[in-house]
Amino acid sequence: MAKSVLVVDDEPNIMLSLEYLMKRAGYDVRLARDGEEALASVIASPPDLVLLDINIPKRNGYEVCQAIRANPELKNVRILMVTAKGREVEIEKGLALGADGYATKPFSTKELAERVAKLLNGADA
Amino acid sequence: MLPTWIVLATSLTYLLALFAVAHYADRVAKSGTRPSLISNPYIYSLSIAVYCTSWTYYGSVGRAATSGVGFLPIYLGPTIAFAAGWFVLRKILRICKSQRITSIADFIASRYGKSQLIAGIVTVITVIVIIPYIALQLKAVAVSFGVVLAKDMQWAASGFGAYNIALLVTSVLAAFAILFGTRHIEATEHHAGMVVAIAVESVVKLAAFLAVGAFVTYGVFDGFGDLFARAAADPELAKLMTMEKAGLNWFALILLSVTAIVCLPRQFQVTFVENTDENHLTRATWLFPLYLVLINIFVLPIAFGGRLVFGAQAVDADTYVLAFPLMADQPMLTLFVLLGGLSAAAAMVIVETIALSTMVCNDLVMPSLLRLFEHRLAGRKDLTSLLLNIRRSAILVILILSYLYLTAVGETYHLVTIGLVSFCGAAQLAPAILFGIYWRGGTRNAAFAGLSAGFAVWVYTLLLPSFAKSGFLPQSFIDDGLFGLALLKPYALFGLTGLDTTSHALFWSMVFNIGAFLLVALNDRQSRIEHIQATVFVEAFSDQQLKMEGAAHIDRGGASVESLRQLAAKFVGETRTADAFRVYAARQGASSERDVRVDTGLMRMVERLIAGSIGASSARAAMASAVKAEKVSLEEIMEILDETSHVLEYSRQLEQKSQELEVASRELKAANEQLREADRLKDEFMSTVSHELRTPLTSIRSFSEILQDDPEMPEEQRNAFLGIIVSESERLTRLINQVLDLAKIEAGRMQWHIKDIDIAANVHEATQALLPIFQRDGVELEVAPMPAGLPQVRADADRLIQVLINLISNAEKFCPKPGGKVKVSVRLAGDMARVSVIDNGPGIPEADREAIFDKFYQVKDRHKGDGNPLGTGTGLGLTISERIVSQFGGRIWVEPRGDDRSGSEFTFTVPLAVAEARAATEMA
Repeated sequence: MAKSVLVVDDEPNIMLSLEYLMKRAGYDVRLARDGEEALASVIASPPDLVLLDINIPKRNGYEVCQAIRANPELKNVRILMVTAKGREVEIEKGLALGADGYATKPFSTKELAERVAKLLNGADA
Repeated sequence: MLPTWIVLATSLTYLLALFAVAHYADRVAKSGTRPSLISNPYIYSLSIAVYCTSWTYYGSVGRAATSGVGFLPIYLGPTIAFAAGWFVLRKILRICKSQRITSIADFIASRYGKSQLIAGIVTVITVIVIIPYIALQLKAVAVSFGVVLAKDMQWAASGFGAYNIALLVTSVLAAFAILFGTRHIEATEHHAGMVVAIAVESVVKLAAFLAVGAFVTYGVFDGFGDLFARAAADPELAKLMTMEKAGLNWFALILLSVTAIVCLPRQFQVTFVENTDENHLTRATWLFPLYLVLINIFVLPIAFGGRLVFGAQAVDADTYVLAFPLMADQPMLTLFVLLGGLSAAAAMVIVETIALSTMVCNDLVMPSLLRLFEHRLAGRKDLTSLLLNIRRSAILVILILSYLYLTAVGETYHLVTIGLVSFCGAAQLAPAILFGIYWRGGTRNAAFAGLSAGFAVWVYTLLLPSFAKSGFLPQSFIDDGLFGLALLKPYALFGLTGLDTTSHALFWSMVFNIGAFLLVALNDRQSRIEHIQATVFVEAFSDQQLKMEGAAHIDRGGASVESLRQLAAKFVGETRTADAFRVYAARQGASSERDVRVDTGLMRMVERLIAGSIGASSARAAMASAVKAEKVSLEEIMEILDETSHVLEYSRQLEQKSQELEVASRELKAANEQLREADRLKDEFMSTVSHELRTPLTSIRSFSEILQDDPEMPEEQRNAFLGIIVSESERLTRLINQVLDLAKIEAGRMQWHIKDIDIAANVHEATQALLPIFQRDGVELEVAPMPAGLPQVRADADRLIQVLINLISNAEKFCPKPGGKVKVSVRLAGDMARVSVIDNGPGIPEADREAIFDKFYQVKDRHKGDGNPLGTGTGLGLTISERIVSQFGGRIWVEPRGDDRSGSEFTFTVPLAVAEARAATEMA
């Protein structure tokens, strides 16, 4: 069964590119454009991985990450933060809140695909 | 003719009545329940009138009879001193109060380092100087009694009888002086009784003099007119009415009497030591001169009248005042006039001897006793009775000396001349006092030199000649000078002639006095204590002086509270000591006197307490010997205060500097805070900018890589992805341009080309530029017709178009498609043109309406479902528009629009061109 990926971002063009990339890699892709939508989607059907932007409306990426990690039922959900906030302090904050990885925009599509694959395989192992 | 017993009984009764008044005033003062009678400016001013002695009472007429208006300078001086020199008097008064000064010797000594040497020499000088003056009073009283009692005026004016009377008068006055002045010990405790009695005497002598004046003017003559007319008819008297006979010595006499008002011990006593309230002095500045005017009104009438009536007879002009009522056989008036004269003399003698005895006791006898019999005195618990006895003896001795002077010299001089000799002597104190309170530089040695030199010249030029004239020295001393040297003639010293004896003596004594003072002061160095006291005196009105004074006191060494108590009790008695310690304990917050801490405050309190009794210099010596002050630490304190004045000035400067620093550091802190805030904002701005740049860059890179990786991609998708890359690149470019624009505006580097421009043309240009987009998206664009005669506005055309394009394209962006509608309109509002851009889009939530003008603010959750190309915004357009409009002097805001308030209306204002604006205002 194909792994599922939830793409959370508020930039339509970025969403479009991420959706294309994940689909190309063979995953089931769902989309969310703000924090609330993302959480609802995660709870309704936990994906294997969330590509999470921080700067999103309603509830930001940190809050979404925190909420997911606070729920033991969602412990298998991998979180990869993909964001334009590239300062050291922001990266640390994301990892501290329980993110499994952090990618800074603009990202290399190849690298991003590899990291997603690694996280998902790691979950398998 | 009055029977002798009536005259004597009345006089004695009068003196006893005065004593009763004094006793009553003392009781009132002591009771504490009623305000003391001396806390009254009228009593105070009347007590200063002790200045008018029998010299005034009898002598003015005598002088006026021979020199006309020449009697006046003696009264002009004090008038000038009070009316014009009140600030000097006030400063002396303030110092006396703060230093608990007991006498003029105490004052001068205190200024020059609390020096016993200075106290001693001032005391010696004043005693010697004042003795002739007291003798003069005795003579006046004796002569007046002689005149009244004797059938033969010749017998009264000279001869053995007068001296017997004088002896009697001396004894009675001595008794009263002792009664008035030495009933309690502390000199600074005001002599309430004495002061009130003096005030009463001042009233009596004034009333009596006015009475006899009126009697002469209206009784003997027919009013002023008649009297002066008859005097003018007499060629001798006519001369007296001009300044011709007034003498060249007016200036000298005025100068002498100006200094006398401060330098005579009795004036110092009543004006400064007995003063209870500084405000009384203010009142006295006109009350006392008024008194002088009143008491002098009838001097010329009586003098002229006397010359006219008694001219031919051998009647001493000094006795005209009595001669008139005697001649007219008016016993009651005679008696009244006699009592007036007695009042004048008694008041002077009592105050003067009390003042002198205090000085002799505090500044001559006590210091010697303290030095000679230190151990014997240390054993005695209470020295107050000893002090009182010393003072009583001093009064007696001074009066006996005065009597002896009278018998020796009194015959040869008029009253006025004797008085002037004393005035000139007393004036020797003036330089030390005036330099002392206005110049820090004076030193103890300088004061000593000045006083000695001035006094020596006075002795040589006035005192010794007076002995020569009386036959105690050879007459050749006056005629040929000492050792027969013409240059040393006492009345023509160094060949100076053409001056009367008083002016001559004043001139040379002042030359030597001031010269010696300055010469020594400029070549001398002050000791620490001198320096401190100099500051305390010169800076009497500065708050700093108290701090300095505290430091000026003896180190507490090994003193205990008990030893200080005993010391104080020794000089001022147990009761007052206990009171003072209780008050001090309360002020220090100690529960009982036993808990009082020995600190400089206590030391100062005790020293002042003692000083009130024995004077500053003796008190200092007593403290030093009693507390065994460690010399080293005293020196140390003084060392710290080396340049007292500098320390004062320095600390003032420091205070000022530290205040300035505080302000500066506050400002710095605020500036730093601002910088930090600016830094934080900049940091945030950079972070936001980088975030905003990364977003389009992400899309561009992603799709580029996707296109690269998937060459087989369908044509349609490839074109879509390429379209995204192109539009995101455009967005990136726009963003970079706007960031640069904003940075330029904020840094003030934007080039503005503000001119008078036609707004309609600009609106047209902007709409034309945007037309293709509207056509593409099918949004309707309506430009309302411009108002008729639309004036020009003042703005930068390019920037104005930038704002218009921003607002119109924003409106287009958020319109529903299809069905979108945008309307642009221009109106006039006062001196502004108002441009509105209205859309029928979703509107802006109220919470966002202000924030949308902030940098990078985008209403993020609006895009849901409407499919608008939100990703193309930069979040800077409105910010830049707002900055541009502000630069023009207008403002920009947004309001909801339409019935459902869903649309938005962006409005901004632009100022009209100046001429247009004026016209618009005039129309309105």
